[in-house]
Amino acid sequence: MADTPWWAREDVWRKWAIWVTAFMAVVLIFLTFDTVAKITAGGERVPGYDVINKRIYYTFNADRNMQEPVIGGDAPLFGKMLSAGEAEELVNLGKLTVQAKNCMNCHTLLGNGAYYAPDLTKAWLDPAWGAESVREQLMVSFLMDPTTNARTYGTGRRMPQLGITEDEAKGVVAFLKWMSSIDTNGFPKGFTPIRQEESS
Amino acid sequence: MSIAALNSANLNAGQKVAVKYFVVAMVLFLAQCLFGMLAGLQYLQPDFLYNVLDFNVNRMVHINAMVVWMLFGFIGSVYWLVEDESGTELVGAKLANLNFWILTLAVTIVVLVYLFVQTGPGTIETIWFINEGREYIEAPRWADFGIVACVLIFFYNVAATFMKGKWSGISGVLVLDLVALAGLYLAGMFYTTNISMDQHWWWWVIHLWVEATWEVLVGCIMAWGLMKTLGARRKIVTTWLYIEVALMFGSGILGLGHHYFWIGTPEYWFTIGGFFSALEPIPLVAMVVHAVYDSGTHNFRNSNHPALAWLIAHAFGNFFGAGVWGFMHTLPQINLYTHGTQWTASHGHLAFFGAYATIIIAMIYVAVQKWRGDVWMSGDLADKGWKWKWSLGLLNVGVVGMTVALLISGYEQSFVERALEGSTWGGYFSAQTQPWFIQGMHWRMLFGWVTTAGVVLLLWDLATIGKKETRRAIDPTATPVMT
Repeated sequence: MADTPWWAREDVWRKWAIWVTAFMAVVLIFLTFDTVAKITAGGERVPGYDVINKRIYYTFNADRNMQEPVIGGDAPLFGKMLSAGEAEELVNLGKLTVQAKNCMNCHTLLGNGAYYAPDLTKAWLDPAWGAESVREQLMVSFLMDPTTNARTYGTGRRMPQLGITEDEAKGVVAFLKWMSSIDTNGFPKGFTPIRQEESS
Repeated sequence: MSIAALNSANLNAGQKVAVKYFVVAMVLFLAQCLFGMLAGLQYLQPDFLYNVLDFNVNRMVHINAMVVWMLFGFIGSVYWLVEDESGTELVGAKLANLNFWILTLAVTIVVLVYLFVQTGPGTIETIWFINEGREYIEAPRWADFGIVACVLIFFYNVAATFMKGKWSGISGVLVLDLVALAGLYLAGMFYTTNISMDQHWWWWVIHLWVEATWEVLVGCIMAWGLMKTLGARRKIVTTWLYIEVALMFGSGILGLGHHYFWIGTPEYWFTIGGFFSALEPIPLVAMVVHAVYDSGTHNFRNSNHPALAWLIAHAFGNFFGAGVWGFMHTLPQINLYTHGTQWTASHGHLAFFGAYATIIIAMIYVAVQKWRGDVWMSGDLADKGWKWKWSLGLLNVGVVGMTVALLISGYEQSFVERALEGSTWGGYFSAQTQPWFIQGMHWRMLFGWVTTAGVVLLLWDLATIGKKETRRAIDPTATPVMT
C-alpha cells in the first residue's frame, strides 16, 4: 500500500531480519573462538586433567566477590601420582561412566541436569564426605553399592544400582575431582568446602 | 469430497504424510505425561520402582518423548502446509512416507533400549548404542546419524517443493530456519572428556533450538495458521514474521550467553548473556500483539474455533512460559541462586507447553478439520464443543498449576540450599525435606493428573470432533454478513 509508513513496510523488516541475524551470528562466532580457547583443558579457567594429582581448595577473591579454586601442593588420588596421559585416561573413564550411567537425569553437573539428587560440580569438596582421609574410599564404595551405602538425609531417595565397577568408580572420582577445579564464577553460591589441611 | 468421515482422499500428498506424524506425536505426548507422572511420583514415594524403572530412566523418557513429539509435530506441520504454500505437489511423497516409517522405527528402538537396557558400561560403545547420557539429547550416536539423515530428506522434500512451486516470505524464513535447525544438531554429536566444552556445545543445540530456531519455526506456523483460520492478510502476517525474526534472532542468538554464566566460561558472558536474554521476551510480546490484534480485527470470526483458541493459548503461553518465566531468573545476579533448582523445572514446563505444545495442537485441529472433509468447526458445535473446551482448560490449568507448584518449591530450594546453607549436599537435602518443598511436589503431582486428564480428553476430542457434522467450514476470507 502506498500509504504504509516506512517502519511498517514488509521489505524494510525483511532487511532488518537478515542483517540483524547475520550480525548476531558473526558476533557469536567470534566470541565462540575466544571462549573455546579459554575452556580448553589446561587453559586459564579449566585446569589440565593432571590437576587430580594436586590438592584443590577454594578461597574468597574480594575483587571478583566470589569463591575461586586454588590448586595446592601434591595430593595424589588413590595415593598414586599419574602422568598427564594417565590422568586424562582416568578422568575420561569417569566422564564416559557419568554419561553411560545417565547420571545427569538425577543429578546436575555445573548446574545442568535433573534436580532429584544433589549437584555434582563440587562433589569432591563436599563436607558430606566427612574427613579428607576417608573421602576417596567412601566415594568408591558408595558408587559401587549405593543401596547398602545409601544416605538419604530424610528424603528416602537412594541412588540405584548401576553396576559400576571399581575401575569405573575410581574414574568417576577422578572426574569429580577434576571438575571441582573448574572456575565456575562462584557457582554454586557460597559453597562451603570440606575442611582440608591447606585450606583450614 | 466426503464429509465428516476421516478420509485421506480429502488430503493432499504432503498432508497424508503430516497426519501420520501428528498421530505419533500425540501418542508420544501421552507417553511424556505418563513418564512425567512416574517421575513426579518418585519424589513422593522414592521406593516406587526403585532399581526397576528409576527416576533417571523415567525422567529421560519424559523429556525425550517431549522433544521427539514436538519435532514430529513440527515436521507434520510443515508437511501440512508445504503444498498449500508452494502451490504445487510435494516432490517426493513416497520418500516422505519411507522417511516417516524409518524415523518412527528408530524412535521406537531408542525408547525400548532406554526402558529395557537403560545403562551400559563406561565405554564409548554405550554412547553409540545405548544412551549418550546428555540431557535432552540422550539418543545414542547411531540414532543421531539416523535423525540427521531423516531431517536432510525432510529438508530436501520441503526445499525442493518450494523451488518447484513458488516462494513466499513464510516459506523463505521456514527453509532458512530448517537449515539452521538441522545444522545446529551437529554441535551435539561429539564426545569430549572436558565437561565445560561438552556443556558449551550442548547449549548450542539446546538453546539455539529452543530459544531461537524453534521459535522462528512456530512463528512461520503461526503466520500460516492465522491466514487459514482467521483469513488474516498475507502482507500483514509476513511483515510480523520478519519483525519476529529480527527480534528473536537479535536477542536469542547472543541470549545463548545466559547459559554460560557457571560452566567454566569467561565472565564477559555475564554482561552479554544477561543483557540479550533479558530482551528475549520482546518478540514474544510482538507475537501476542500480532495474534490478538489480528483476531480482533476479524471480530474472532474464524473457521476453526479449537485451532484459534490454541493459537491464542500459544501466544500467551509463549510469552508467559518462555518470556516471563525465563526473564525471572535470567539475570546472573538471580540465576546464581536459582540455576539448577526447581525454578528451572517450573520454567521448562510452562515454556515447552506454552510455546510449542499449544501450536502443534492447533495445527492438529486444522488437520482434523480437513481430514474430515472441511467440516464445520466454528461455534455451535453439536455437543457445544465441550471436549475441546474442557481439554483446553484442563491442560492449561494443569500445566500452570504444575508451574506454580514447582516455582514455590524452587523459591524454597534457592533460599534454603543456596542462600542459607552454602550450597552443600547438606543444604540440598535440607531444602528437599522442608515441608513447603514437599507440599510443592504434592501439588505438582495433583496438577500432573489434571494435565494427563486433559491429554486423554484432547485425544478423544481429536478422534471424534466433527464426526457427526454435516455443515461445511466457513470461509474466513469471505465478507461476513452483518446482521
